[in-house]
Amino acid sequence: MNFLNQVLQGVLLGGYYALLACGLSFMFGVMRIINLAHGSLAVVAAYGVFYLADRHEWHPFAGLVIAVPVMAAVGWLLQRSLLERSARAGELVPILATFGLAVVIDNTLFANFGADTRSLAPFLEELAYGGFNIGPLTLGHLPLLTFGVAVVLLGGLHVMLKHTPLGRRIRAVADDPSTAQLVGVDAMAVNAAAAAIAMATVGVAGVFLAIRATVDPYAGAPQLIFAFEAVMIGGAGSLWGTLAGGIALGVAQSLGASVHTQGFLIAGHVLFLVVLLTRMLLAGRPIMSLFKPAVAR
Amino acid sequence: MTLLEVHALKARHGLLTAVRGIDLSLDDGEKLALVGANGAGKTTLLRTIAGIHPAHGGRVMFDGADVTALPAHRRSALGIALVPEGRKLFATMSVADNLRVATSAGRRGRWTFDSIVEALPQLKPKLKAPAGSLSGGQQQAVAIGRALMTNPRVLLLDELSLGLSPLAVQGVYDSLATVAKAGTPLILVEQDLQRTFHVADRIVCMLEGQVVASGRTSEMTRDEVMDHYFGHRTNSPPQGTA
Repeated sequence: MNFLNQVLQGVLLGGYYALLACGLSFMFGVMRIINLAHGSLAVVAAYGVFYLADRHEWHPFAGLVIAVPVMAAVGWLLQRSLLERSARAGELVPILATFGLAVVIDNTLFANFGADTRSLAPFLEELAYGGFNIGPLTLGHLPLLTFGVAVVLLGGLHVMLKHTPLGRRIRAVADDPSTAQLVGVDAMAVNAAAAAIAMATVGVAGVFLAIRATVDPYAGAPQLIFAFEAVMIGGAGSLWGTLAGGIALGVAQSLGASVHTQGFLIAGHVLFLVVLLTRMLLAGRPIMSLFKPAVAR
Repeated sequence: MTLLEVHALKARHGLLTAVRGIDLSLDDGEKLALVGANGAGKTTLLRTIAGIHPAHGGRVMFDGADVTALPAHRRSALGIALVPEGRKLFATMSVADNLRVATSAGRRGRWTFDSIVEALPQLKPKLKAPAGSLSGGQQQAVAIGRALMTNPRVLLLDELSLGLSPLAVQGVYDSLATVAKAGTPLILVEQDLQRTFHVADRIVCMLEGQVVASGRTSEMTRDEVMDHYFGHRTNSPPQGTA
């Protein structure tokens, strides 16, 4: 039964990873951009909502009403001012640009808020810490809520992509931007809208990050790693794959933690590597090609 | 009335100049065929007119306005539609979504989702299927239907028969005949001269990025066109003009 409980906690933790990763997956799926500032931007949203809760006594979920549209605007601006321009210079340039952005964000947060950790959990009390039992299984209110929000968000994105004119335009641009332009789609505007949607989800993820744990100015990097692992395990660009990837990562970490105190992180990384290497083998790429110099490939 | 004019248009692929100062015009209701060997610059010319290949010089005028600097989606909104070589469907999207996404051009007119499915009946049982799963002929019909969804004022058709079986080519040209009845002016790039003579009012022959001959189909013979096609004749109209 303890094993079942560990799996259940892992599944619920996977909901948080899916919530965190869906913006990363969405941006990669539409624009083929790996946003290395993803985790740092989530932390920015967390600090923003913390500021509203701490200084103005806003409930964290009320803070989302401000955080989500502000993050969407940040995404739109980011796409038009940085990502769009850097993408013209080649595939690697947006990666470098977002890496630089992450460094700027992390250090700006440190300069303005200091190194102290912060959490939104105290503002939620019972919801953050409470739970209930079903037989031997323990279910926390917050993990359940997080999982539910992740499913609703991913489902909403899925419905938007499949059944709305904007969704059709986003899929067309993701498939072939030049041809999309031929049928009247403004690819640059669609990419900016997609970036805004992705950043809106990052805003939600950032708030849940600060509710379920503590954040500090440099908390973005580990969150980026978890999000990246969830996306890669589930299949880059696939929304439901991201949920599956998040759950797989969460279960691996939860089971790993039950074996050894260091097992939480190690098990997740091992699963990521196993999936990555298996995919390479299935795609016909020899594993040793990873260790050869780039010029020799 | 002249609808589309191209003045001294130049386009490059890197250091290679693919279109070398071409002059071309298309009247409202006219059907123009561009013929020429591979590498003559026909596809680059159509892509430059549609706005997905940059012009290196010259102008593209549409309905009296200079559209050379406009991006492709703005030209589509004005009524320039291209059915690209190789069809370029959104392969993972359904046939219906491939058609509906083209309403983004925001043009209203006689072509609607229902009227296109009626005009291209082979699409009706395939509307929910991913476009990439269709046969070549069906995919070409989707590509034509998708261009029609923009309610074009001029239709640019690039190599409709490329890679298709003779039966599929016949199906595509049957579909095109339905479209042609609507009177939409078109520029057709086609290797099959027999079909070209059948569809077009006027033929323009290109060689190495230049126009080497042009004339009404009723006034040209296939042998004349073939001679220009392979560069055996170089004395017909001034180079680069049509």
